[in-house]
Amino acid sequence: MARGDLKLIGLRPSPFVNRVQYALNLKSAEYEFIEEKFGSKSELLLRSNPIHKKVPVLIHSEKPLCESLVILEYIDEVWTSSPSILPSDPRDRAVARFWAAYIDDKWYPLLKEIRMAQGEEAKLAAVQGVEEGLGLLEEAFENISKGRSFFGGDSIGYLDLAFGCFLGWLRAVEEVADIKLLVGEKTPQLAGWAERFCSHDAVKGVMPKTEMLVEIAKILQAMAKAPSPPS
Amino acid sequence: MFGMRVQIALAEKGVKYEYREEDLLTKKSDLLLKMNPVHKKIPVLIHNGKPVCESLIAVQYVEEVWKEKYPILPSDPYQRAQARFWADYVDKKIYDAGRKIWATKGEEQQAAKKEFIECLRVLEGELGDKPYFGGDKLGYVDIALVPFYSWFYAYETCGKFSIEAECPKFVAWAKRCMQRESVGKSLPDPHRVYEFLLQLKKRHGLD
Repeated sequence: MARGDLKLIGLRPSPFVNRVQYALNLKSAEYEFIEEKFGSKSELLLRSNPIHKKVPVLIHSEKPLCESLVILEYIDEVWTSSPSILPSDPRDRAVARFWAAYIDDKWYPLLKEIRMAQGEEAKLAAVQGVEEGLGLLEEAFENISKGRSFFGGDSIGYLDLAFGCFLGWLRAVEEVADIKLLVGEKTPQLAGWAERFCSHDAVKGVMPKTEMLVEIAKILQAMAKAPSPPS
Repeated sequence: MFGMRVQIALAEKGVKYEYREEDLLTKKSDLLLKMNPVHKKIPVLIHNGKPVCESLIAVQYVEEVWKEKYPILPSDPYQRAQARFWADYVDKKIYDAGRKIWATKGEEQQAAKKEFIECLRVLEGELGDKPYFGGDKLGYVDIALVPFYSWFYAYETCGKFSIEAECPKFVAWAKRCMQRESVGKSLPDPHRVYEFLLQLKKRHGLD
């Protein structure tokens, strides 16, 4: 296990921050959580991530690392104890990275769009997109897990972390928008996987409660509808 | 330009491959649709019949499979994370900023030019005094970024400005990369790129 002090700058409701927390927990790496205040950015954050000014930022022995998926690969390379986060085979790694990129670039923005959409048509289009994505991911799960519990096999891996971090928000959006997205009848494998992921030791103490996320979702919706203050 | 990234990586590793050109202005081939059903986009690297999609993922795949020859990523985990961060920055910023230069007019275009130059300046800062982003030799970030150089003439002509005048260090770096056979052979002639862009604009009613 690598030494060196470890700090994580984050916001507890952020799924991207949660991703890193789960990974650190998987590796039994101890870290100090530095909570940002919602709506303002600390000096430390701005200094550590001057380019994007966003969380999460992992600071390892005073050196900052940004972008959650980049941080996941770093954690895996430095904390070499098992379980491994990324698969060992280059093709499997490429597949995991492909789906993680799809989730971040296409699927999650659609999930957010359901919450933020102004108008029924936009909302329905986003719902359709999310459901299509879940269908693709169901198929991917079948191909990748090969009958085991997680995308990573018997233990949680890169793609579990990349996707699983959004499960809390998925449930919150379902409640706020009054719809069901992840449904056992449509995507049985994902439904089973989601339960296993959420109850995993590395996850359950950290994943934000749905009620909290619902409250935040409502605040964000209200803020989006309110006229912009003069800058 | 994303396909060029994979071509450079394969060339540096000395890996032989068959190149299949897609016609970006007409129909997508059956092979492409079969190999990349999710995004239906190039590049797709097909190795032993199985596809690898997304250019940076394909570059990392090439790096990991042909690992003995010409390492593209550094060996130190922190340096690797930095390289991945900056390649991600290129993906998030450069394509869109460049695209807005040729796809817009007037005030929007002026704003796009400003944004583009700002991004190049940030990258110049990261390059510092090094000959390449990878240090002494071409690395992951260089490979991710240099293909955009082939579009500079198109951006400059559409935007009526000189990128070299604004970012001489950046252009010097690009020219240095072009000296390498892998890059020189993978990047198309900038005038051909401009011709292609004119056709693309026409097709989308943007001229």
